[in-house]
Amino acid sequence: MNILTLMTFIPVVGAIVILCLPRDKDNWARWGAVVTTAIPLMMAVSLFINFDRTQDEGFQYEVIANWIPSFNIQYHVGVDGISITMVLLTALLSFLCIFASWGITKAVKAYFALFLLLDAGMMGVFVSLDFFLFFVFWEVMLLPMYFLIGIWGGPRKEYAAIKFFLYTLLGSALMLISILALYFNTTDPLTMTNTFDMVMMMDQANHSEWLRGGQIFGQSVPLVIWTALFIGFAIKIPAFPFHTWLPDAHVEAPTAVSVILAGVLLKMGTYGILRINFPMFPEATAQLAFYFLAAVGVVNIVYGALCAMAQTDLKKLVAYSSVSHMGYVMLGMASFTEQGINGAVLQMFNHGTVTAMLFLLVGVIYDRAHHRNIDGFGGLAGVMPVYTGFVAIAFFAALGLPGLSAFISEALVLLGSWQQNPMLTMIAALAVILSAGYMLWALQRIWLGPLNEKYADIEEINRREIFTLVPLAALVIYLGIYPTAVLDLMGASLNSLNGVVSKFL
Amino acid sequence: MEIGLTHFLVVSTMVFLAGLFCVLTRRNAIGILMGVELILNSANLNYLAFSRYSSVNYDGQMFAIFVIMLAAAEAAIGLAIVLGIYQTFHTIDVEATDTLRL
Amino acid sequence: MQEVVHTATHAVTVHTVSYLRWIPLLPLLGAIVNGLGGVWIQKHLGKKVVGVIACAMPALGFVLALRAFVDLVGLESSERILLDTVFPWIHVGILNVDVAFQVDPLSAVMILIITGVGGLIHLYSMGYMDDEPAYWRYFAYLNLFTFAMLTLVLGDNLLLMFVGWEGVGLCSYALIGFWFSEWANASAGSKAFIVNRVGDFGFMCATFLLFWSLEGVDHPTLVFREITQYAPLLEGHVFWGVSTVTLITMLMFVGATGKSAQIPLYVWLPDAMAGPTPVSALIHAATMVTAGVYMIARLSVLFDMAPMTGNVIATVGAATAFFAATIGTTQFDIKKVLAYSTVSQLGFMFIAMGVGAYATGVFHLMTHAFFKACLFLGSGSVIHAMHHEQDMRKMGGLKKWMPITYLTYLISTFAIAGFPPFSGFFSKDEILWKAFSGDHKIVWFVAVCAAAMTAFYMFRSVFMTFWGENRSDAHTREHLHESPWLMTVPLGVLAFLALFSGFLNIPHALKGGANFDAWLAPVVEHGGHGGHGDAHHFDIVEYLLMGFSVLVAFAGAWLAYAMYVTKSIAPERFADIAAGRPYRTIFNKYYVDEFYDAVVIRGVMGLAGISSWFDSNIVDGIVNGAAWVVRMLSQLYGLIDHYIVDGAVNGVATVTSFVGGRVRRLQTGNINAYLYVIVLAFVGMMVARIW
Repeated sequence: MNILTLMTFIPVVGAIVILCLPRDKDNWARWGAVVTTAIPLMMAVSLFINFDRTQDEGFQYEVIANWIPSFNIQYHVGVDGISITMVLLTALLSFLCIFASWGITKAVKAYFALFLLLDAGMMGVFVSLDFFLFFVFWEVMLLPMYFLIGIWGGPRKEYAAIKFFLYTLLGSALMLISILALYFNTTDPLTMTNTFDMVMMMDQANHSEWLRGGQIFGQSVPLVIWTALFIGFAIKIPAFPFHTWLPDAHVEAPTAVSVILAGVLLKMGTYGILRINFPMFPEATAQLAFYFLAAVGVVNIVYGALCAMAQTDLKKLVAYSSVSHMGYVMLGMASFTEQGINGAVLQMFNHGTVTAMLFLLVGVIYDRAHHRNIDGFGGLAGVMPVYTGFVAIAFFAALGLPGLSAFISEALVLLGSWQQNPMLTMIAALAVILSAGYMLWALQRIWLGPLNEKYADIEEINRREIFTLVPLAALVIYLGIYPTAVLDLMGASLNSLNGVVSKFL
Repeated sequence: MEIGLTHFLVVSTMVFLAGLFCVLTRRNAIGILMGVELILNSANLNYLAFSRYSSVNYDGQMFAIFVIMLAAAEAAIGLAIVLGIYQTFHTIDVEATDTLRL
Repeated sequence: MQEVVHTATHAVTVHTVSYLRWIPLLPLLGAIVNGLGGVWIQKHLGKKVVGVIACAMPALGFVLALRAFVDLVGLESSERILLDTVFPWIHVGILNVDVAFQVDPLSAVMILIITGVGGLIHLYSMGYMDDEPAYWRYFAYLNLFTFAMLTLVLGDNLLLMFVGWEGVGLCSYALIGFWFSEWANASAGSKAFIVNRVGDFGFMCATFLLFWSLEGVDHPTLVFREITQYAPLLEGHVFWGVSTVTLITMLMFVGATGKSAQIPLYVWLPDAMAGPTPVSALIHAATMVTAGVYMIARLSVLFDMAPMTGNVIATVGAATAFFAATIGTTQFDIKKVLAYSTVSQLGFMFIAMGVGAYATGVFHLMTHAFFKACLFLGSGSVIHAMHHEQDMRKMGGLKKWMPITYLTYLISTFAIAGFPPFSGFFSKDEILWKAFSGDHKIVWFVAVCAAAMTAFYMFRSVFMTFWGENRSDAHTREHLHESPWLMTVPLGVLAFLALFSGFLNIPHALKGGANFDAWLAPVVEHGGHGGHGDAHHFDIVEYLLMGFSVLVAFAGAWLAYAMYVTKSIAPERFADIAAGRPYRTIFNKYYVDEFYDAVVIRGVMGLAGISSWFDSNIVDGIVNGAAWVVRMLSQLYGLIDHYIVDGAVNGVATVTSFVGGRVRRLQTGNINAYLYVIVLAFVGMMVARIW
């Protein structure tokens, strides 16, 4: 059976099995979740090893099967250089998050079942190559998220959950319209019928005249559909000004859900743009990228950093730092240079690991102190040295210290975008000062300075928490030293995609 | 004199008219039911007669059997209803039981 | 056509070796061992083992550096490049950089200083920090710093250099805030890192601009060898209306002002004295702060092409040298005096860089590393003996108790003040001469004033600390003692170097060979104008100027003697000029920190506050507003639903029930009546049919 299919559906099986367990066997549910995420993780490792790094066209591990033949909807999955990194990230974070959720005591079975369903949805989004399938997974992932925030969240969980849900649904609606527009205007050259197949849609020869150059609302059709798709994805990224659901969702969500939210879900937005906007509408991309990607990206970077600086809730600070860091992804994609686009996808991966660490670390402190007020601590480095060591790695990675992974991607993004927009790049580079400011200032207030006596005997980080952090810290350091490990996975596909788009500059 | 189709039809018409008269004039519910039985039987007569004199197959006879069965069922249910009416109104006079709901 | 010739003549010969990687990797190994296992080692094997592991790494590095040096000497002067490519680092499209270490005459000097002085300071630290519980952490940081600094100077491309560039910033952050439970120390660390980040912003932008400019001439690269080779192609290119090279070098210089504490970004260095004293000696005097100087020397080919940047650098350097020196004359904290003197001396190095005398600047970098490290370690020795008292007003007469410390401190003071034949004389005087002969007369004059003040405040510190009556309290005095050999041996070695290293570069005017200049020439001289006014200029003017600067140094020293030993001139006479306002201004460091705090920090924080307010009130307000509008609309639709849609439905029902009410009269319930209707209707239909 196809490895991607297994990776997607083993968590579903796990979810069903967990739901069928006896009522009082919470630990069985936990270990069941461990097993059903560990298997995809191992598969991901084998995928990483066996992936053909030289193939620049088409997809690997592809499967096509009929699903709803009357509408030409297929079960079509596969990976290329763009999605493989996300698949790896999803598999890793899903596995680690199970351990980060060990402390959940409320409705344990339901929690893990929903979590596994979420995993399946995420994996499905990244591997599906049929637009209908993509959309189904996109929505599948939405529902568990709603419940995970809405049931296991903090004090304002209902507000945060409904805000997240409605916001994302708005994006989905725009996406659905665009999908239908694409469906009715894309023809499979073999059967001469309309198709949902993304690979077909990526070839403009299959597009109808209307889709290629028609007019709608007095605008060119590709530009309108591009924009609709972009807004759908921008909400997920989240791009300014659609980002305000993120701080709320993060603050209320339990730790593991925050990790998944920031580590994987945000990437779906940028992934969607790369997977759909770029190859399907290369000309529109070239026309609109400056306004919608580069400028918005820079606003994200600087504005997110400034907002982060003003926060008093540590988790909110990390949430805004995500807004800032995702801006680099957008800026890099808009550069139309190989450095920029590779940097963007590498930044997606690196942000996944770094921000996951940050949220896990915030979770550690929240579990002990039951608050996250930055000014409410002080001097924790003296009583929690190991914990502080991890904090230092994560914080310095987040502020882009060379030698750690995020530096490579940020430097590549800035280097690449300089070619296209030097002025914007300079403004974006200013954020390296701001990010040092807010990260170090928070670090100083919580971990350095005189010890707050209230936390004189706070418990040091435990083995389970260390277990969740070590793989991420190792990745952060390893990819800082040897980024080629990931760069050569995606290089071939991204460079050919960049070639397709930059033809229209 | 040879007995032909016409004789059967005349008899059946008379039975039908007797039944119709009975149904229209009796005030006793059971009487009405009996009138209905007469009408049904006149129809049966017609069926058998036509079957015997004009057709080669047994359709008419089959229908007659159905009608007999139906009549039996109808009589059973009808009598049960009459019983119900009697229990409610303590009479089976259809002139007296014109209340459609209680 | 000329470019082609140029490229051809600059074809670079590289000698590949494989031991260079161990120079930075050994300290990294030490940092990993002590960082991860230090707690265990310290508990079970003792602090000594931690210290020995940490000291062994730079010591071994020094041996390897010597080997590299010897290898270089054995090569033709134009071929002196050793290269060790470890693994491919970032290969994306036209960007190709490797983790590769390169030793040429310039980096050879640097690694010798870093491992040599660094090794001595590691040794010293074993004595200085012996009562520190987090001994292992200190040495892990120190080793990590050595690794980062070596990466900075050995990296063969700008990005790898940047790794070291920020890596030293990280270690500096960690070591300044080493005693992090004091709020002030933690703040000083953050301040150092953030101010450095401002400079790094310039460095990054310069890197990007350089890369794409070189791409514009078909040679995109970030490798130093190739930059040197292809940079001349950028001559005449314009970016944003400015000469490209000028813009690149200006941005690079912004980076240098951050790391090397020049105006306007010098503010972090005095605060950095919050760290342990050996750290101040290693990072904030001998090595890290000179990174900016090294970087300019490394990219001297670009700076040579941008005379305007040169003028800016020389001016900023002179201004920094002067202003830092004025502040230095007023401070009472012995480490603060040395800190400002470091800023001032760095200003001298930048003057040299600005006037194109790169070799001279690097030479001053080296002698400064020796004497300033010695001074800092000497002050550390004093502080150690005085139970962490740093105020010179509470010292005095220490030469009686601490003869070795006193002697080494004095030698280094002579060196920094520029007395012949101490090393500082050769290096500083050369800078002054290069500035003068390069037609930077104003820069020269300002620098001479700074030199006079240097002599004054350094002798002031000697007199206040070691001479006169002891002013400490009785308890401290009882415990005054000379430091252990672990600390005095490095002092002795450094004092020796401070005394004699000047002879490495005796100028031609004094019948010397200018060997150091010749050694660096392959790296820092690029055809063109090379060092200003070399060889041919040593006429009477040079001797006169030399004599003048010695005189000035004497004058400074004499003033200090008069004010603090014989007390024939009361310091108050200067302090009280114009009601003490100038003095207070200088004593408070010209209120620059306050100015930055008020304008920059508060400005950014204000902006952050506004952004956050905007976010939660305007952006989120619009979102919530949209939700509110939708809710209101749905209320409205609710009303429509109730009165119109539902009204229609109910209306239909009403009509139906009215009609039903009329029609139901027909339903008599009388079975006979129904039957009559049926029969009559049937008959009627029959009649109608027949008729």
